[in-house]
Amino acid sequence: MVAISQYGAPGEPDDLRRVLDDDGKPLPGVKVPSIPEATLTRIFEVMLLTRIMDDRMMRLQRQGRLGFYMKSIGEEASHFAVAPLRNGDWIFPSYREQGAWFWRGYTVQNFIDQLFGNEDDPIKGRQMPVHHSANWLNLVSISSPVGTQIPQAVGAAYAAKVMGKDDVSMVYFGEGTSSTGEFHVGMNFAGVWKAPCVFICRNNGWAISVPSTTQTAAKTFASKAVGYGMPGIRVDGNDLLAVWQVASEAIERARAGEGPTLIEALTYRVQGHSSSDDPSVYRDPKEPEIWEKKDPLNRLRGYLRHKGMWNEARETELSAQYNQEITDALAASDGKHAPPIESIFDDVYEELPWNLREQREYLMAQARSKNPHHHG
Amino acid sequence: MPTMNIIEAVRDALRMQMRADKRVVVLGEDVGKFGGVFRATSGLFDEFGGERVIDTPLAEAGIIGTAIGMALYGLRPVPEIQFGDFIFPAFDQIVNELAKFRYRSGGQYPCPVVIRTPVGGGIRGGHYHSQSPETLFIHTPGLKVVAPSNPYDAKGLLLACMRQNDPVLFMEPKRIYRASKGEVPEGDYVLEIGKASVTREGSQVTLLAWSGMVSIADETAKQAEAAGISVEVVDLRTLMPFDIDTILTSVKKTGRCVIVHEAPRTCGFGAELIASIQERAMEYLEAPIMRVTGFDTPFPYSLEHEYMPNPDRVLGAIRQTLEW
Repeated sequence: MVAISQYGAPGEPDDLRRVLDDDGKPLPGVKVPSIPEATLTRIFEVMLLTRIMDDRMMRLQRQGRLGFYMKSIGEEASHFAVAPLRNGDWIFPSYREQGAWFWRGYTVQNFIDQLFGNEDDPIKGRQMPVHHSANWLNLVSISSPVGTQIPQAVGAAYAAKVMGKDDVSMVYFGEGTSSTGEFHVGMNFAGVWKAPCVFICRNNGWAISVPSTTQTAAKTFASKAVGYGMPGIRVDGNDLLAVWQVASEAIERARAGEGPTLIEALTYRVQGHSSSDDPSVYRDPKEPEIWEKKDPLNRLRGYLRHKGMWNEARETELSAQYNQEITDALAASDGKHAPPIESIFDDVYEELPWNLREQREYLMAQARSKNPHHHG
Repeated sequence: MPTMNIIEAVRDALRMQMRADKRVVVLGEDVGKFGGVFRATSGLFDEFGGERVIDTPLAEAGIIGTAIGMALYGLRPVPEIQFGDFIFPAFDQIVNELAKFRYRSGGQYPCPVVIRTPVGGGIRGGHYHSQSPETLFIHTPGLKVVAPSNPYDAKGLLLACMRQNDPVLFMEPKRIYRASKGEVPEGDYVLEIGKASVTREGSQVTLLAWSGMVSIADETAKQAEAAGISVEVVDLRTLMPFDIDTILTSVKKTGRCVIVHEAPRTCGFGAELIASIQERAMEYLEAPIMRVTGFDTPFPYSLEHEYMPNPDRVLGAIRQTLEW
């Protein structure tokens, strides 16, 4: 099975970077990265928020109140490769890194307003749920066609270099995306340009229904880095401390002008690809059980408790607080309208050309009854 | 005022804007030391260095994909796609990414990239060095499409494109890159995007053309005049947004219209022009609007001059509208 063999067969040398065991205890002989306590507990808090948000939103979707959703349960630690970045660094996300958004300061209300595409949606209701954009946080607009963000991230990294800044750009994608031309093109340009760019391949085992073994004949995804003249690192993507460590090293290399790094974060998509998916059709229902034992939240929680940085009471209180924030944000969103009708024509260009002016006048002149798609 | 050809005018605009704005970078295949296969970027590498005049790896999706990232971060990239026919590996980056970034981000991420690419046939290039793919991009909301036909327009329009904030596909007529010569001011000037130019006044028929076909329209107009027919030629210059007012003014005056384009006929841009004109000026039309276009075939090699519109064919269409 994919899920087991990715950890390497018993007795084989394992190149996977790990710090914590499955219970959150540091592995013998492994150096634990020094992360300030406040940072580490903050990461755990955002992981917790991400998990609660995912759970609440998927339930909302199942109730028919939200059109579409994508969970990231079981993959949350991999989102925090962004944690060692500076705020000025750029992130080119895929669609399953909720934690990265909350880490940068995207609010619960921003998140929910985007899902509902209402008048306060930061992107004005222009895209379906989970396609966020936040330029004030240097988080770049998400696109559905996979891999397009890879050469874009390389371009931004190159631009930083040419403009004499030491910003780094980090780009996320899944292992399925490593099959695209865009992956090859982006990695190749980055290697040639020595671009200050960090590539995070979230290998969660599945691209909708297709297992990672169908995406490549290479032994690992990290090994693809060799062909582009950059280091390829495999990390246990459910081990927050290991993710932090390898991301920090890659970010420092990039900032020091030493070029890009590919990081394969080995994790697992515990549930479906999206609210429209049904994994029972294509995979062994026992497979996720193996991975639940390696759950990234449990492992970090175990470590924090072991270090005396966390306790159950704090988690109970915080969970209640996050749940309330989400409830309040949903209530606020309920009262919000769809974006104004005339806004359909905004932002196609900086200024409206005559054809869009004409079409806007036409649309606004149409008689309309209450639109069933309007909220509130 | 110096005389320049289109290549020199393009190069002059690039050099001028690169001097004025450090954010402008040029990237593409062979654009660096070699100065481009058509020499449009010749000399820029020596003046501005390899960081701003970038010889990229050979991959159009990478050229446009990285140009997008550069623009998001704050540069003003002017990528070159060596031939319009090679633009399709970058089609997704242009159509789904570049054109939609501003819109899909709710205005957060403008993406000012000006893509230069030579288009059109008549150079014995076969179907991978001759196509006119404008319609595919005009049909893409969020892109502007500019197609100059002469050196003066090429410089003024390219400077305008590099100074505004929307993505542009800037199509250059490669058949007349050097053959088209004219006076071009040495200094700075811009032409308004979205404005057509009446290159020849006439009273009986309006000819609409752009890019390499303007010279065919002009030649036809001369022949028509000798035959006693007064033809007005309108060079569209910008295809999106196209200058509906200038087109309508001319067609309402003449009452007849012939559209000339190299691209295949079916769903070519001529079809959109006809629809737009008849919706607004039906009562002025004395005859159906005619099209003289390439055929619905791949661009042929040996028989390219049979494929391409020529003055005989355009004159034939003019006579048809007059005799209708």
